[in-house]
Amino acid sequence: MKEVWEYRELLYFFAWRDIKVRYKQTVLGASWAVIQPFLTMVVFTIFFGMLAHIPSENVPYPIFSYAALVPWTYFANNISGISTSLVTQRGIMEKVYFPRILVPLSTIVSGLVDFMIAFAVLMVMMLYYHISPTSTIIFVPLITLFSIIAALGAGLWLSSLNVLYRDVGYAIPFLVQFWLFATPIAYPSSLLPARWRAIYGINPMTGVVEGFRWALFGAGQGLDPLGLAVSVIIVILMLITGLLFFRRNERMFIDIA
Amino acid sequence: MVHVEGLGKQYRLGERLRYRMLREAIMTSLGGVLSRRRSKTEFLWALRNVSFDVRKGEVVGIIGRNGAGKSTLLKILSRITEPTEGLAEVQGRLRALLEVGTGFHQELTGRENVYLSGAVLGMKKRDITKKFDDIVSFAEMETFIDTPLKHYSSGMQVRLGFAVAAFLEPDILLVDEVLAVGDAAFQKKCLGKLGQVTEEGRTVLYVSHNLRSITELCERCIWINDGQIVEDGFPGKVVMDYLSSFQPKHVGGDITPSMHSEGAGDVYFTHASLVNEKAEVVNSVFFGDALRISLEFEVRRRVENMRLAVAIEKLGDGTLVAALHNTDAVEQSLINAEPGKYSAILESEAELMPGGYTVHLAAKPAPGYWGHGKNWDLVNRALDFYIDEFSSSGRSVLPSGAVTRPLSKWDIHRTV
Repeated sequence: MKEVWEYRELLYFFAWRDIKVRYKQTVLGASWAVIQPFLTMVVFTIFFGMLAHIPSENVPYPIFSYAALVPWTYFANNISGISTSLVTQRGIMEKVYFPRILVPLSTIVSGLVDFMIAFAVLMVMMLYYHISPTSTIIFVPLITLFSIIAALGAGLWLSSLNVLYRDVGYAIPFLVQFWLFATPIAYPSSLLPARWRAIYGINPMTGVVEGFRWALFGAGQGLDPLGLAVSVIIVILMLITGLLFFRRNERMFIDIA
Repeated sequence: MVHVEGLGKQYRLGERLRYRMLREAIMTSLGGVLSRRRSKTEFLWALRNVSFDVRKGEVVGIIGRNGAGKSTLLKILSRITEPTEGLAEVQGRLRALLEVGTGFHQELTGRENVYLSGAVLGMKKRDITKKFDDIVSFAEMETFIDTPLKHYSSGMQVRLGFAVAAFLEPDILLVDEVLAVGDAAFQKKCLGKLGQVTEEGRTVLYVSHNLRSITELCERCIWINDGQIVEDGFPGKVVMDYLSSFQPKHVGGDITPSMHSEGAGDVYFTHASLVNEKAEVVNSVFFGDALRISLEFEVRRRVENMRLAVAIEKLGDGTLVAALHNTDAVEQSLINAEPGKYSAILESEAELMPGGYTVHLAAKPAPGYWGHGKNWDLVNRALDFYIDEFSSSGRSVLPSGAVTRPLSKWDIHRTV
């Protein structure tokens, strides 16, 4: 881990490169960071909010779903990017040495920029709907950290696995789609019967998304403490095991990728 | 500075036995009919039992056929891949130049790529900023530096890539055949820069197929073949041995029919060897000693006004170093000869620099000098020999780009 600190400048350069390249020669540039969650929110609002009348716990539906989509989009894009990253970056890995963990880490870091932009838009939306943040807003950084850890843990697992089994890369789009609906983004987890909520927490993103909403809009948002605790534990476990798995296989990446 | 002991690297041939696709695993377990011919797992030792040490400031060339293991060795030293057995230790900051334009991304501008590549190669951001102007002027890319790389020609990209690498300042530099790309002007520039680096006292490991640059830049050469070190020593000799491994070694001796390249056949060389002052056959000469060649030839039809010529060519780059004629000493010694067998010994203070050389023979009617006119017999590479880096008194010679080292007397005195 000390090595990562030594190479931190390179990490910065990789993230900088990812961001620059993403928006080069685009007209809309960085606004793409917002369009994805925003448009999804619009679709959800129309079909889930208005037509299906899904409850949204004391806040207008658009904000309800958008607030969840912000961390979710970060997570989903990270997963998609990271899982193939070790394979796509093979070229540079063959020619120069750096700690291999920089590859998934740079995706995590460059994704944060998009996250910030989407978050800024969320702030604007909250202003528009006259929702003032409650005292729990101080937890937002913590929850953000939580989502970063979730993305990193999942990313480490998936990228290592993808090197060995290319199926992983193919499965990701499907997995992400499925996961989107398995997480309480378009609907509140209060929709589920109480006794299921603890098990529901096994999906680590449940904790992230619900926690995010709770931190922004205050208590009483259907957050189940037990479910949250389970999510947190799962996320931390995922990170630790992901790290170990990555480190163990690190040496072979270049020979197999 | 670099210590390598018992290094080995093994690769698996064919597809990985562990199923790459889970899908395949399922298919095979379902029905053996569906599973395709599973390639037999074989192993390949890209390197085996390699050991050597490099001292601080040494400039070592590494040569070998393609696939010999040279690049694998560099990859292990730069920690890109891990050895299967043995160890490699490096003391000091090591930077590797394994390709030109490491880290380059086509969508970014030249400027952005200089930073990115510099960072990837191990430079700190503030160093890059400090050297930025030097890098750009070395690459002669001032006008295009803010254009995306995808609009550059390949030559421009190579120039920029090398320029970034040229300003690394490592303790140990590994260079892997990067000088092979680019035009002649670029290569000259690269070699110049590399020469500068060696003079700065840095340790350099230089892999190349450009054997001339190896003999000019390096004080030591390691020849790797099939993953093992074949020879480790003086570049002139190692390069010569390496070249000889492609063709039968002409240490001298009988000249085979295939070595005669053209000729009317009136004269026929049969034997050539390098000899010492006791007429014993040798294959090397101490630096500074006279060169002695013994020849045997047959005259098959009577010849008049024959001139014999011996051309000495430097092995590796084909430079014609000297052409010796039997008429050099005395103008009128053209030969008239009746059919029969003849032998000749020639002696010359050729004053050649250490290295490998080969000899071509010609028998021709006057006034032809080497290379011109009709030949009675012409033999290519009749004999290979090398000039030792040590003189007979034990002094050693510094390598230089020169071909000869004529003795010179200097007279120095103060004038004011």
